[in-house]
Amino acid sequence: MSRAEIAVVGAYEHPTRWAPDKTAYQIAAEAARGALEEAGLTFADVDGYACSGVGPIGVLSMCHHLDLQPDWLDSTAIGGSSFVAQVLNAAAAIRDGLCTTVLITYGSTAASERFAVGTGGGSAGDPPDAFEGVYGPTVVGAYAMVAQRHMHQYGTTSEQLAEIAVTMRRHAGLNPHAKYRDPITVEDVLASRVISSPLHLLDCCVISDGGGALVLTSAERAKDLKSTPVRVLGGGVAARHSGVGVRDITDIAARQSGKRAFERAGVSHDDVDLCMIYDSFTITVLSTLENLGFCEAGEGGAFVQGGRIGLGGALPLNLDGGGLSSNHPGMRGMFLVIEATKQLRAECGGRQVANAEVALCHGTGGFLGIQHSGATLVLGRS
Amino acid sequence: MADRRPGKPVPRVDEESKGFWEACRRHELRIQRCRSCSQLRFYPRAICPQCMSSDVEWVLCSGRGEVYTFTATHQNHSPGFRESLPYVLAYVELEEGVQMLTNIVDCPADDVKIGMPVEVTFEDIGDDIAIPRFRPRAS
Repeated sequence: MSRAEIAVVGAYEHPTRWAPDKTAYQIAAEAARGALEEAGLTFADVDGYACSGVGPIGVLSMCHHLDLQPDWLDSTAIGGSSFVAQVLNAAAAIRDGLCTTVLITYGSTAASERFAVGTGGGSAGDPPDAFEGVYGPTVVGAYAMVAQRHMHQYGTTSEQLAEIAVTMRRHAGLNPHAKYRDPITVEDVLASRVISSPLHLLDCCVISDGGGALVLTSAERAKDLKSTPVRVLGGGVAARHSGVGVRDITDIAARQSGKRAFERAGVSHDDVDLCMIYDSFTITVLSTLENLGFCEAGEGGAFVQGGRIGLGGALPLNLDGGGLSSNHPGMRGMFLVIEATKQLRAECGGRQVANAEVALCHGTGGFLGIQHSGATLVLGRS
Repeated sequence: MADRRPGKPVPRVDEESKGFWEACRRHELRIQRCRSCSQLRFYPRAICPQCMSSDVEWVLCSGRGEVYTFTATHQNHSPGFRESLPYVLAYVELEEGVQMLTNIVDCPADDVKIGMPVEVTFEDIGDDIAIPRFRPRAS
């Protein structure tokens, strides 16, 4: 049975990085307007809606706020990767006839409300928390333990991790909206203070305000819309944790979600022209590249050196400057899909990857070394 | 009575975990073993994820293990932790083969290494809770 093709027809990143004068709902609504206007649509055309990063039934409050009465709802909560997963969910819902036009939104004022996104405590009271929270895990710490083990197991160095931060900053210099745009060096990263060893301040993503929105519909319907559609080729979602207490911490969800994504999209690694990899921390990128199969386990350190992941390299990634330099309001998955869409539409000016036909997005959500999600999405130029 | 250290979370003891915490109070480290399929499991839970049996026993651990991975935490704004920076968060692999998230104590953060032999030590928090942490031991 042939599957109906689904397209991204609206992709809007809110330009703000600091919005003490706005609410998170307002940022989401402004982004929704931007994404719908690209396609020549209005709120009245939306019959499917998804969001994440709001309260337990915040998806209903968002519907209330936007006065939506959709036929399909999704409030996936798997951390920062949620929006990547929601693109897959939306595509499935449209294919199955549950709805025709899905709006996905995100808005956050993490920076202006001074959330300690990566270095706060916090415990939801779920069963594992009693065995974790008492020991003071931070988000950074959870990722740092993966980095420490990776260094021990494979000889990966802080210099190699720093190369990722340096490359993202170079890309941010090409993005007028990026939060930090001045070039940095490997030495700058190593000289920045240690937040949670072996990760330095500049190994960590920024904290910003921001938001974005996506609109999806069938490729058939997309033909009648104003924007250039980008095709959803396939994807996969996975969860990793310590299970009953036994695991290799360097084996992450991307191994499972990535394999499924490549299979479903029918593309190979060589077909991928650019990647949008969730860069909460430098180690996140290195681990993801290995687990997606762009290199072998343990080879990530060498892989990210020598310009391969920069604009003009063999596998350019995070052309917007990533979470490490452009924006990170807490859940970056949304921006992975937006930038990939814009790259495939060739709208990215000085940071445009030439002749980009296939883009891979991978979101990581939660605490990489403790429990986390992975969501992989492959998009293609129409 | 030991200080409850306001702000630092105290583990919530529930029906699934109380066997673990009751053992800790006696300064014993016990983990679950499924009586049906013999699978060891940590953290404790009522049903074996491998065979779905509810029949479980609490195995006394040696308390010895090795550091599997760790991080020296230099920034945490949460009350109870910000006062104890830097502290070491770690996974310890017990001799029995399961990994536990914990802290490495009685050791300067800079001296902690992966593979380092460690042993359990309990911190009494009030009369009813003791928290297992790990400290270096002679190999």
